Formats: sequence, C-alpha cells, structure tokens
Amino acid sequence: MRAIPVFVIRRSHGLASLNLRELWHYRELAYFLAWRDIKVRYKQTTIGVAWVVLQPLAMMAVFSLFFGRLANVPSDGLPYHLFVLSALLPWHLFSRTISESTTSLITDQRLITKVYFPRIIVPVSTIIAAMVDFCIIACLLFAMMLIYGITPGLRVLWLPLFVLLLLVSSMGVGFWLSALNVEYRDVMYTVPFLNQLWFFLTPVVYPSSLLPQQWRIFYGLNPMTGVVEGFRWCLLGKGEGLSPMVALSAIVAVSLFGSGVIWFRSRERTFADALGSTGV
Amino acid sequence: MGDVAIKIEGISKQYRIGELQKYKALRDTLADAMYSPFKLFHSIFGSSNTEDKGGNGTIWALKDVSFEIKHGEVVGIIGRNGAGKSTLLKILSRITEPTCGYAEIHGRVGSLLEVGTGFHPELTGRDNIYLNGAILGLRRAEVVQKFDEIVAFSGTEQFLDTPVKFYSSGMYMRLAFAVAAHLETEIVLVDEVLAVGDMAFQKKCLSRMGQVSKDGRTVLFVSHNISAILSLCNKVIYMADGGIRAIGAPQSIISSYLADVLANCGEDLERLRVQGYGKDVWFSEIKMVSNSREHLLFGQELVFELRVFSRRQVKHLSIGCTVFNDVGHPVGTLFTSETFSVEQGKQYYLRLLISNVSLAPGSYHAGFSIGYGGLNGMRHDLDIVIGSPAFRVLTLSEGEGAMPDWNRSWGNIVFKDAQLTVV
Repeated sequence: MRAIPVFVIRRSHGLASLNLRELWHYRELAYFLAWRDIKVRYKQTTIGVAWVVLQPLAMMAVFSLFFGRLANVPSDGLPYHLFVLSALLPWHLFSRTISESTTSLITDQRLITKVYFPRIIVPVSTIIAAMVDFCIIACLLFAMMLIYGITPGLRVLWLPLFVLLLLVSSMGVGFWLSALNVEYRDVMYTVPFLNQLWFFLTPVVYPSSLLPQQWRIFYGLNPMTGVVEGFRWCLLGKGEGLSPMVALSAIVAVSLFGSGVIWFRSRERTFADALGSTGV
Repeated sequence: MGDVAIKIEGISKQYRIGELQKYKALRDTLADAMYSPFKLFHSIFGSSNTEDKGGNGTIWALKDVSFEIKHGEVVGIIGRNGAGKSTLLKILSRITEPTCGYAEIHGRVGSLLEVGTGFHPELTGRDNIYLNGAILGLRRAEVVQKFDEIVAFSGTEQFLDTPVKFYSSGMYMRLAFAVAAHLETEIVLVDEVLAVGDMAFQKKCLSRMGQVSKDGRTVLFVSHNISAILSLCNKVIYMADGGIRAIGAPQSIISSYLADVLANCGEDLERLRVQGYGKDVWFSEIKMVSNSREHLLFGQELVFELRVFSRRQVKHLSIGCTVFNDVGHPVGTLFTSETFSVEQGKQYYLRLLISNVSLAPGSYHAGFSIGYGGLNGMRHDLDIVIGSPAFRVLTLSEGEGAMPDWNRSWGNIVFKDAQLTVV
C-alpha cells in the first residue's frame, strides 16, 4: 500500500511558503485550463486561427502607414514593417496576458469556490494560452524576414533568454493584477487604459535610440523596454542587446515576478471567501 | 494503515457580513489613505481575514468544532440550512482557511461540492471528461485509463462529441457525476449533490458510493436525504448554529434531529427549504387543516393549505407531496394530476386534500414540492420544503372508537380494504 500523505489545516500567518512541489503536482491542470481557453476561443469564432494572424498584420499596416510613412518615425534603418512586427510579437503576448490574467480569477470563480488547487495555476494558464498566438505570430515574422532577406546571425542564440524575460515580465505583472483584482475590482477597469499607456512607454513604434543617451538607462525601468529591444537585437541586429538598459529591465522583471508570486501565494487563501457567493 | 482519517480540533470560521457580496473599491482604500495613511499600510500589508474584535458585523459560520473520523467510516452530516455543514466541507477540502483551530487529514481528499465544476458548455462531453478530471485532481493518464468506464457509467456514449450545452440537465448531471465517481482518493467529501438527477441514477450513485466505502475509503457527506444517510452511513454528525449538536449512531441522531426540526416547524419554511430551490416560485406557508393542526384520527382525510408566491409566470405546475415517518423514511408520495398556472408577482392559496389515507398511527412529517412533470418523465422542481407540517395519526379511529396500539414493526400503512374468501 502506498504511503498516505498527511495534510494539516490551520490558519496560515504572514507569507505562505511557496510550496513549489505542490505547484509541480498541479502542472497538468494549468495545461488543461489553457487548452480549454484555446479550444473555446477558436470554437466560438468563425474564422478562428485567422484572427491571430490578422490582428498583428492589421496593426503592423496601420503603424507603418501613420508612424513610418506619414510621421517619419525612425526605425534604426530597418524596413518599418519588420521593425514594428518584431516588437508586436512580444508586445502582443504581454498585453494579452495582463488583460486576460486580470479577470481570470473572476472568470473561474466557480472553480475557486468549489475545488482546491493552487490558485496561481489560473493566471499561469492564461499565459500558456497566449503562447499559442505567440508562436503563430513568430512564424509570420520569420516569413517576413525571409521575404526581406534578413538573416539574424548568431545573435539569435540569445533569443530564448529574451523570450524567458518576456514570460517573466508578463507573469509578474499578471500575478499582481489578478490578485489585486479579487479585492479591488477597479483594477480590471484600469487595465485597458494601463495597456495603452504601457504600449506608448515601450519602444514598439519607435526605437529607444530616440531618447537622449543619458536618460536611456531609466527607460529600462519598464521591463518591456528590455524585452522589445532585445527581440529586435536578436532577430534584426539593431537596437540594444546586452546593455545596461536591458540589464535594468531584466532586474525589474525578475523582481516583479518574485514579488508577484509571493504576493499572490500569500493572498490566495482568501480568494475563495472574497469570490464566494455565500460561504455560510 | 493509520486509524484516524480526519481529526479536527476547535475549528472556527468567521465571516464578515456582506464580505461575500461587496468587494472593496480601490477608490475607497485610497480615500481612506488620505485620512489615515497608516491604516492603508495595515490594510494592505497586514494579515487578511483579521478577527473582528467587536463582533459587530461578523458571524461565526463555524464555532469550535471538534471530532475524529476513522478510516473506512461513512459519515453523514445533517442539519438545517446555515448550520455550517458546507463551510465545514470547504475547510476540509482546503478551499477556505479556518479562522482558528486545527485539522489533520490523513490521505488525499477528493471533494465533490458541486457536480460538474468547471464543465464548459461549449466543449464536448469527451473534452469535459478530461477537463473535469484534471480539475478534480485526476492525472491525464488516469482519465485515459478509466475513460470507457466513466462513459459507460454515465450512459452518454452517443453524445460524447456533442457540446454539453445541448445536453439535458439529467444527462449533464450523469456525465458530471460519472467523472467524480471515479476519483480514487482515500477520503471523499460530498455536498448535497444527490438531490438532483432522476431516481434511477440517484440509486446508481448511492450504490457506487456504498462501493467506495467498502474499499476502505472514508466518506463524509452532507445530505437532506435522510433515507440515503440511514442506508449508507455508520455515523452521523448533527450540526446546528455552527457547532456540533450531536454525533453518533444514525438512528438515534436522526430521530433527535427530526424531533428538533418538527418542534419548530411552521415558524420558518426558509430553514426547511432544500438548498438552491425557491428562487422563482416558493411556498410561503404550509399548514395542516385536517381536524386540528397537529393530529388527525386514524382514517381521517389529510388536508393541507399551501400559500405559494411567484416571481414569474409559470404554467402546468403541479404539487408533489411526500409523507415521511419518524426516522425520515418516505412512506408515500403523490403528484397532483390537476395543474395550475401562476402569474408574476402574485400569491396563491392552494388546498390539497388526500382522502382514504391508510397511515398507521404514529408521527409523520410532510414534504412539498412545486414544479412540473411527474411520475412519468422527469420532474423539474422549483421549490422543495421538507419537514413541515408535522402531525400525528392517533390511535382513535373516526366513529369506531379506539383501535389497539399499532406495532411499529408492522410498518406505516394499514391495508384497509382486504377481502378473504374461502375457495
């Protein structure tokens, strides 16, 4: 007979332990929730996957016309289309993750009030679902690079590191917003606005070289600056790669992630009560 | 194998009234901060669910609950609505934390607080089996291995690739329960889920649960279905007002529970209402007007007066009435063949007359349902109230004087019109 595990139930105080073993045990659930989201999304839309391709393409066209052609925003000497798309690739994942993870706990409140599992699985599953889109847009970008005859060179080996940085930043922000939204529902109304603001604070439609040299390091306080610049540097060979600015972004991203996980894990025990219809 | 499966010591749970409906607005917290910056710091970084010292605006859903359950025991939890049964199960399944107290659970816990948690209406039956399995803690490999068994149990083979939004409510329940029934945890917690579904499937579920306990698993289940508890459990916990009123052998605990329920019957139908019912159409008063309000003579007809209130228009309604004996076993049921309609926002008085009653002398209580459908086909109830009114059938028979004491072992029905011929 298999050993019987013993669970102790008592009120926890202060910061809960992260209990990574438990998270590992529930990894399949994260995958299933993401799978559900993807499946439902493509089932309810008529053209399904085409949306994933159309959206960044349309944004790329609009930005190229207004910023690239009409406003003559510099693009580090790259074709503006490619310049923008290489940034939209990580940005799209980031923006989708923060808007969807914010409401994720509310959307799944039936689950949270009726079944036990580490609640952090819920926002994590939204990022897994967003990764599918990410891969599709990446293929689109590679195809465009082929058309323009741009080969990334050996720098592309750094790409996984920047993808990791992207995931860490997105999840860090996602954990904070989703946990806060359970207590303060204002958060979900702020997120669309936050999303737009953040978009213009990130060098998506313009290069960071537009900023004066001495201020550029502070620009790295936005974790997405480092991610977007890094993506361009790896794939297109322009922009800042391993610079102090990017390093600062990485530090900010990791601390957002770390603090986000700790905050989330210490609040999650109250989620069922905060979301429950009637606990009594 | 260790002896103790669940050990609870002094578990309490406090809720702030209104906490469950209202959420804090960031605006309010910020406004508070203007006046008292330290309070903000405390409210954000201080420990959450802080005990309210004053006791104002808070309620204790559970108060100082302690008990022990051994491996292989099947324990039923009974009590009125709001007695703390569901809160207890939520704490044991780790969905919510106790405010104070301590519990130890030896074994993996599978909890079934709702049937079909996480089912997505757009997904097919097949997809939902996998999804629900993962949510209940089954590994993918386990679901694959048991897939055929689950499908066979649910009896929905031909609809596997249909989105569950097209399922009838009965099919939906069957599929959902089938997944849950295949959990293989050492401890199973079940909350009032058998109240739904058709009779045949209820029986199947009950026998499946019986099987579960024969495997040496521990089952803790909340139910209003007294006969299910009598036939399945070897121990019963009677909860009232957030605490344990009594714990022990099913027969004695159930009779004391029923005695309490019947002692206060009439005063508050809300507490006798089966949870989840009475949302649109409900009974606001039920009384017996036979001979007196409490008893009737043997052979006298039963007359009930029901007051029904409706929030929306419903047609083809009928009344279901079940009479239970003193240990909670149903003795008989009827569905009225006459139907009626209700309009939105109106109140109706109904009178139900049951003649030729063959109830033997003893104590009984009635349960009423209002809904559509009946004996043949599925019945859909809008309200169910069990326990009121309670009445006694006296040993006095109308016009014929006293009849001898009725021996309980003879049952609850007196067959009156018998004919014996020598042939």
